[in-house]
Amino acid sequence: MSWILFLEQLLNGLQFGLMLFLLAAGLTLVFGIMDMINLAHGSLYMIGAYLMASFAQATGSFWAALPLALAATALVGAALEVSVLRRLYERDHLAQVLATFAIILIANELVRLIWGSQPIMLNAPAGLTGPVELPGGVQYASYRLVIIGVGSAVALLLYVLVTRTRVGMLVRAGASNREMAVAMGVDIRRLFTGVFALGAALCALAGAMLGPILAVQVGMGENILILAFVVIVIGGIGSIRGALVGALLVGLVDTMGRSLLPIAFALIFRPQVASNLGPSVSSILIYVLMAAVLFLRPQGLFPARG
Amino acid sequence: MKPAIVLALLACLFPLAMQAMDQDFYISFATRVLIYAMAAASLNLVLGYGGMVSFGHAAFFGAGAYIVGILAVEGVSSAWLAWPAAVGVAALAALAIGAVSLRTRGVYFIMITLAFAQMMYYVFVSLKAYGGDDGVALPGRSSGFGVDLRGDLAWYYLVLALLGGVLYLLHRLVHSRFGRVIEAIRENETRAAAIGYPVYRYKLLCFVISGAIAGLAGALIANQSVYVSPSLLHWIQSGTLMIMVILGGVGRFWGGPLGAVLLLTLEETLSGTQMLGPYSMHWQLAVGAILLAVVLFAPQGIAGLIARRRGA
Repeated sequence: MSWILFLEQLLNGLQFGLMLFLLAAGLTLVFGIMDMINLAHGSLYMIGAYLMASFAQATGSFWAALPLALAATALVGAALEVSVLRRLYERDHLAQVLATFAIILIANELVRLIWGSQPIMLNAPAGLTGPVELPGGVQYASYRLVIIGVGSAVALLLYVLVTRTRVGMLVRAGASNREMAVAMGVDIRRLFTGVFALGAALCALAGAMLGPILAVQVGMGENILILAFVVIVIGGIGSIRGALVGALLVGLVDTMGRSLLPIAFALIFRPQVASNLGPSVSSILIYVLMAAVLFLRPQGLFPARG
Repeated sequence: MKPAIVLALLACLFPLAMQAMDQDFYISFATRVLIYAMAAASLNLVLGYGGMVSFGHAAFFGAGAYIVGILAVEGVSSAWLAWPAAVGVAALAALAIGAVSLRTRGVYFIMITLAFAQMMYYVFVSLKAYGGDDGVALPGRSSGFGVDLRGDLAWYYLVLALLGGVLYLLHRLVHSRFGRVIEAIRENETRAAAIGYPVYRYKLLCFVISGAIAGLAGALIANQSVYVSPSLLHWIQSGTLMIMVILGGVGRFWGGPLGAVLLLTLEETLSGTQMLGPYSMHWQLAVGAILLAVVLFAPQGIAGLIARRRGA
């Protein structure tokens, strides 16, 4: 196995992990503060990607469209929270699952009504379509490097926001003990609408950045939603730090497993066995990881509730 | 049990009426509804009575279907061999998954059952010999029971009889001592343990029984569509089963079957062109809106709504 392949997969894993973090951050806060299972989080990611594609086409510029898509998705998220989700906080998890599952169906069909059933194209920003050479002689797609840069910057910003600011303190207070936070005079309703809008904007950022790599299509949110859940369960529900560690862990394990396991198996087993075993083992790897973490640390790696 | 007799009579007469009206399609549709009713009833046992929110029930449903599918492709078409094998494998899977998952609580239980179901999903996706992603078509329906199951009518009555048997067993089960203990554990696990019940073993047994029934439903769905694919195990399928139970009424005996009938009928009606005309391709929008309305305005599910009307 060559060093170049390893480095390339490491970067791919990092890039995927950072994008997962953007999705998981909003999800874990919603889950942690309001104890609310939101299956529709993946729909916001989808809506963000679609809005991005439309704005990019209208403005002709990727970077001009990005803030528009983020703001618009944040508005959609806030509207969703105020109109529907707010009524579900006091209900049990089952009601939340049913309601947000219904929202997935509605969102998918609305997107089909507006944009049609065919996947739509979103191009990488001009000038970032080719590869660049990294130190060590690795050729790597420049756009993917930008994703890593944007993801790291946002992760850092979010970390500072949650751990160093007053708003972040309120969020953490809400996540660790909601009743106590309310009793101390925190306006949890308004705080939560804000958190939800922020989560939606982060979803849109992930959707917009991943759009040029993956297809922008109906149903794109469903599979990545489950990965985001895996991330927050591994990290500990309600913990931003846990979400970051979990996302990087899942991103790296999934990406590295997919590329390196088949090679490793080829060394051990007959080719026919290896070609069957490789993909199946690598796709269940992150679920094995999650089951192991839950078995050993039932509250996740970084429990938010003290 | 009076409503049950009326229901059974209606279910017996339904295909004859459809045949008389030359609407044979609805016999096949009704068979599918009966199979999903069985799967939803099995989920309701753990979800409603046991209070264990399993978000991975499609794993057992799909495993049962795949066992029948794989055996059929390999030339074993006897229902007397394939179906017990499907039930057995589903029960074993439930035993293994339950043994690990039941050590966690609440949200973490939801997520770990989901994780195991996703693992099974990817295992079947990777079975290249049996179609991988695309799934595999069966050579035909299972044989046995001394009748030709290729006929829709005979098949309908067989499925109906099996559903009747399963519902009877479930009815006996939830009203037995075992059922009471399971409900006691749901209400207060610590107290049930303090009284001296081996809580973990009771929950695990409940989980295994439920998995086995889901496996039988899976064996039937494989025969119904003469085709199995990994989508039977996808998390959306687990979600759909859960939606049926919640829609019908969690922990109400008829909740599962009622939810299956409602959801599938709703889908069938709205996806036909009579109701929505050119917009029928967007039928999921209407289904979503109705589900949302149910959550917001009928918190106890439809069975709860009926019970409340009766009580008033």
